[in-house]
Amino acid sequence: MSEVIKIKKGLDIPLKGKSEKVFGQAQLPGLFAVKPTDFHGIVPKMVVKEGDAVKIGSVLFYDKYHPEVKFVSPVSGRLKSVNRGERRRILEVIVESDGQDDFIDFGAADPLNSERASIVEKLLESGAWPYLRQRPYDVNANSADTPKAIFVSGFDSAPLAPDMDFVLTGQEDELATGFEVLKKLAPEVHVGISSSSASKVFTNLKGVQIHSFDGPHPAGNVGVQIHHTIPINKGEKVWVIQPQAIVSIGRLFLKGKHDFSRVIALNGSEVVKPSYYRYRLGASVSGLIKNNVINDEKLRIISGNVLTGDHIEDDGYIGFNHSQVTVIPEGDKHEFLGWILPGLEKFSTSRTFFSWLRPNKEYRIDANTKGGERAIVISGQYDSVLPMDILAEFLIKAIMIEDIDKMEQLGIYEVVEEDLALSEFVDTSKIEIQSILRKGIDLMIKELG
Amino acid sequence: MKALRKILDNIKPHVSKGGRFEMLHSTYDAFETLLFVPDRTNKNGVHVRDAIDLKRTMMMVVFAMIPALVFGIWNTGYQHHLALGESASFFDNILHGVLRVVPILVVSYATALGLEFGFAQMRKHEVNEGVLVSGMLIPLIIPIDTPLWMVAIATAFAIIIGKEVFGGTGMNIWNPALLARAFLFFAYPAQMSGDIVWISGLGSMENLPDGFSGATALAAAVEGNISNFSFMDSFLGFIPGSIGETSTLAILLGAMFLIITGVGSWKVMLSVFVGGYLMALVFNLMGLNPLMQVEAHHHLVLGGFAFGAVFMATDPVSATRTEQGKWIYGFLIGVFAIMIRVFNPAYPEGMMLAILLMNTFAPLIDHFVVQANIKRRLNRAVVKA
Repeated sequence: MSEVIKIKKGLDIPLKGKSEKVFGQAQLPGLFAVKPTDFHGIVPKMVVKEGDAVKIGSVLFYDKYHPEVKFVSPVSGRLKSVNRGERRRILEVIVESDGQDDFIDFGAADPLNSERASIVEKLLESGAWPYLRQRPYDVNANSADTPKAIFVSGFDSAPLAPDMDFVLTGQEDELATGFEVLKKLAPEVHVGISSSSASKVFTNLKGVQIHSFDGPHPAGNVGVQIHHTIPINKGEKVWVIQPQAIVSIGRLFLKGKHDFSRVIALNGSEVVKPSYYRYRLGASVSGLIKNNVINDEKLRIISGNVLTGDHIEDDGYIGFNHSQVTVIPEGDKHEFLGWILPGLEKFSTSRTFFSWLRPNKEYRIDANTKGGERAIVISGQYDSVLPMDILAEFLIKAIMIEDIDKMEQLGIYEVVEEDLALSEFVDTSKIEIQSILRKGIDLMIKELG
Repeated sequence: MKALRKILDNIKPHVSKGGRFEMLHSTYDAFETLLFVPDRTNKNGVHVRDAIDLKRTMMMVVFAMIPALVFGIWNTGYQHHLALGESASFFDNILHGVLRVVPILVVSYATALGLEFGFAQMRKHEVNEGVLVSGMLIPLIIPIDTPLWMVAIATAFAIIIGKEVFGGTGMNIWNPALLARAFLFFAYPAQMSGDIVWISGLGSMENLPDGFSGATALAAAVEGNISNFSFMDSFLGFIPGSIGETSTLAILLGAMFLIITGVGSWKVMLSVFVGGYLMALVFNLMGLNPLMQVEAHHHLVLGGFAFGAVFMATDPVSATRTEQGKWIYGFLIGVFAIMIRVFNPAYPEGMMLAILLMNTFAPLIDHFVVQANIKRRLNRAVVKA
């Protein structure tokens, strides 16, 4: 294995409620959903109508501009409803489970003996293609491209993120088969692992390049790992995919079934017993959080982590790229003189709260903005938690004034929202950096394709 | 607290859009957010945020200035009684100082806050907290005998021309407080320099002790009389000068506070002192005029050098925004401050001009740092290909 790449900048937010490495029992719920909003830049075209019967693997909708990219049902049953938002944009396609788990058989195949074209075809048909995302921009991979590499982050360093070693244990064969598939898709496959965990499941793989990383979040972000190993220049493309999705692809090739099972970590300060659950993508979280959260005050339920996840209702659905559900207090209340109190219970990277004298404390942090939005005043904050050679503040300003040339020069190809999420966290001026970055990326796609 | 909240909630409809007192909305909002952290929650993006906000950050800067303010109050009384040749107790000194300094503070804050509230209402944004710092900085960097109407005009100039014409906090090119000082310096040179403005009531005193001039240490140094002021007195601050700038010790206490809390940039502070020290060393070697002969370490505790390094140069809005840029920016402030001081004894306050000059050039320094970053990225692509 190559030497350890040390990540110095970053931050592990000390949140309360990390999952214990045990499995809890949870019943699968009756409702499932696929959310087109989980995929940047697609325009969904419905294939089935309300009331139609579907199986696991039945196509629900496809992308208008890439009709070959299909999105399939994670459960068998009937299409219950299509929830729409402003201008009839589809937000959720909801399927009611019949409990049968009937599935479409896409046929097992050995990736070693398969042509690249047939592998691509199989992934597209089975609805597994959207697991592959393209950098730059974090959009669906284009099946007509061959990327310069596929990069997998073998650990998640986000706040309260699930432990991948624990999640993947027992699924080594599926993972290995999945990697065989990836090797057919791109000339190089890279894996980033954490120097502080064993990561046996990855180090045992053959024909992949392993990179070891040490340091705080965002060391586990695939964008950071790419930046330090095979940085993306203009015109280059790298595909990324998450470990659990690789397992799912492996299972598809071993058994012929597109399996949406996932190990989900349920955690956060408001969860009674934070632990892991064998659950399913797209499933309603109601089955997870029922009787398992502290209901003293209004809660915020997040599909994903506290930095990049989606705010969902208490019967909302697990997002396509998420492997954790976090529950924190909403915090929508006034606090008397809160901005000047000593603040022993408040976490801050600045040492303006006395809490900095208690370095090992874990915090119950709510979703309050903790101050009003201001113009950018404090300098150097964004870069202090971004372990890339990128001047985040100047990039954000270039996006604000829509200067495409500057955005390109300052490295917009290398960052996506999750990479700047910590910058947004520490920002004294409370600016919505991730939203701004997405606007910039959308503009790049619109102007340059 | 509940009762207070209730009162605020009762007033709210009247000052909200469409209410009878809509024109007071920003004022209400300022007081409400002062009393209560708002109940707003994160909508897009991150769900949790760091507890720090701009209000607290700015208050930390104000806290950091308190040692300099308190010392300034005492020193005002001390210098006054010294000039009279009277001995006075600690409390006499403080009392005299309070009577002289507090009115200046009140005028400065009243002007600054009034204008800020007005602009916030006009522009329909929240009251920005930067004004808390400006309102404190301005009194600390002017001579004690500055008339109150001048304080008001200078503060208004700082807030309007220094800040609001650019769009408010975060948008300005120069440090507003320094601009106020520069405005006074150039608009009222007769009242803002010379030997009599630095000690409370000196202008109206009769029967001064023999040989007493009231000149600042810097002015004395121009005449080659720096030996009247020992390094230790200058460091501790027992010398005439602007209200808050004399005690380097009190300023360093503030600096420590800023560095520990992470609010002020230690890089800027350190590089200003290093730049100033090295420049002064070079001039020591040349030794062509009395100011060049002032020992390098003594230079750093004279005039507004230390105060400027800690509280002015570090203003993040008008300083360089890049970390590498901060080293260059700070270093050049130190160099220019001493250079102006030494070469142009008519303007002994080189620090003010040096910082304003580097404020102007900060974006240029940043430009080079950004270009270097862009170049690195381009080279990477070439090397790969």
